[in-house]
Amino acid sequence: MSESVTRAEYCVVACAEAWRGDGEILASPMGTVPTIGARLAKLTFSPDLLLTDGEAMLIGDVPAVASGSQVTEGWLPYRRHLAMVAGGRRHVMMGASQLDAYGNQNISCIGDWAKPRRQLLGVRGAPVNTLNNPTSYWVPRHSPRVFVERVDMVSGVGYDRAADAEPATRRFHEVRGVVTDLAVLDFATPDRSLRLRSVHPGVTVDQVREATGFPLAVADEVPHTRAPSAEELRLIREVLDPKGLRDREVRS
Amino acid sequence: MSRDKTMTADEVVARLESGMTIGIGGWGSRRKPMALVRALLRSDITDLTVVSYGGPDVGLLAAAGKIRKLIAAFVTLDSISLEPHFRSAREHGMFEMTELDEAMFMWGLTAAGHRLPFMPIRAGLCSDVMKVNPQLRTVRSPYDDGEELVAVPALRLDAALVHLNRADAHGNGQYLGPDPYFDDLFCEAADQAYLSCERIVDSAGLRAEHGPQTLLVSRAYINGVVEAPGGAHFTSCAPDYDRDEAFQRAYAQAATDPEEWRRFTEQFLSGDEDAYQAAVAAFAKEAT
Repeated sequence: MSESVTRAEYCVVACAEAWRGDGEILASPMGTVPTIGARLAKLTFSPDLLLTDGEAMLIGDVPAVASGSQVTEGWLPYRRHLAMVAGGRRHVMMGASQLDAYGNQNISCIGDWAKPRRQLLGVRGAPVNTLNNPTSYWVPRHSPRVFVERVDMVSGVGYDRAADAEPATRRFHEVRGVVTDLAVLDFATPDRSLRLRSVHPGVTVDQVREATGFPLAVADEVPHTRAPSAEELRLIREVLDPKGLRDREVRS
Repeated sequence: MSRDKTMTADEVVARLESGMTIGIGGWGSRRKPMALVRALLRSDITDLTVVSYGGPDVGLLAAAGKIRKLIAAFVTLDSISLEPHFRSAREHGMFEMTELDEAMFMWGLTAAGHRLPFMPIRAGLCSDVMKVNPQLRTVRSPYDDGEELVAVPALRLDAALVHLNRADAHGNGQYLGPDPYFDDLFCEAADQAYLSCERIVDSAGLRAEHGPQTLLVSRAYINGVVEAPGGAHFTSCAPDYDRDEAFQRAYAQAATDPEEWRRFTEQFLSGDEDAYQAAVAAFAKEAT
């Protein structure tokens, strides 16, 4: 079985794992692979998760990615979504245009903020997310351009910044981990810096090191990212992403 | 019966002045008061401070050189993630910017609507939002916890522009889509607020088909009501219409080249709103 599992499918499972044990909270995935991952988590080991249709509805079914939901479980317009963030009943998986060793994330701009070399989206909800509900990151193309020594504009707050703040400020701060097209990373080091936790099959530790723009802590034994079970694979392929949209975000 | 506040988009703009702080409702490329924005583009008003969960409203006003300062958490076209005019304006340093987090922005409008100087929030701390907006201050909880929080200043607006599905002539506004966005907050935060809508109906009509919870905006806040069918185009105005993706693509494409942009403005933005809607209809016909 494992020979036929694609890289994108490993990524889906690794993203799903981010929500393991989260209970009755909102899973907020940004991107196709995290969306499939959140839905896979709900259909398997985290059945209590709440999901949105990406607009203003909480959905009561688990449809395929990019196809409509048939069942509405609740109403979640932006202002209530922001209350869920502040109240902590949410775990977001955000994207990152830049990410540093302590999990500081940038989605605002590249270069000097006053006159950026490249303007991106803006900070969006990253500041409020990172201080109030658990945050994970999804990076579909692991490269030194994303994993940088210093991000140009701290949008999402990392561990070194949070450590400098007073305890009340950081009490809900938690960056769980990072899933990329090459590996799974976490912050399980004494100084809460990024550590390589597992590599996807077919990827070497050196490959990840080369694609990371700063020295990376490496676990003593770097296992392979776990493979999907037969049932998980069926759910991904037949139920959650029959059109193979995952392969557009992560190529094999 | 309360007074009739119906007016045209140009009459709305006649009440605005250069240098004002203008809040624009909607979110990204969704339910933006585009007919009012287009009227603003036709005017000689400039030097604006624009407060927006930004979409093509920001892009168009930036391209026309009307923005002195932008207050925003993002600017996006949703299905096209980066707004090309906004990007270009920022990369060329065309206006000042206050970049806030989405939740800070909401609290700023809320503070203004409640006539408070600020609202406290656990957001912004530790991030570079504090660095790039050195005017932002913090406040300490006066209770035993003593927590330090960001004091988001009130985003008081000289004027707000919003677009809803239905309204009556008195300024009661009804939204029929899935999300109110923050349009009521924009109106409450403003000294004067103008509401465009797909259709003006009588007050009984507003109540007839949909529950009172769809009545998002109260006439107490509204100074003018504009009937503007297609007034959110090319952004979405669910359930009346979805985003015009083909048109949005053409907009984004044209924005990448000055000559193409000149042609685009010639074709779509050189006349009044009727001319715009006619040009859009011709564009749609050509595409099929």
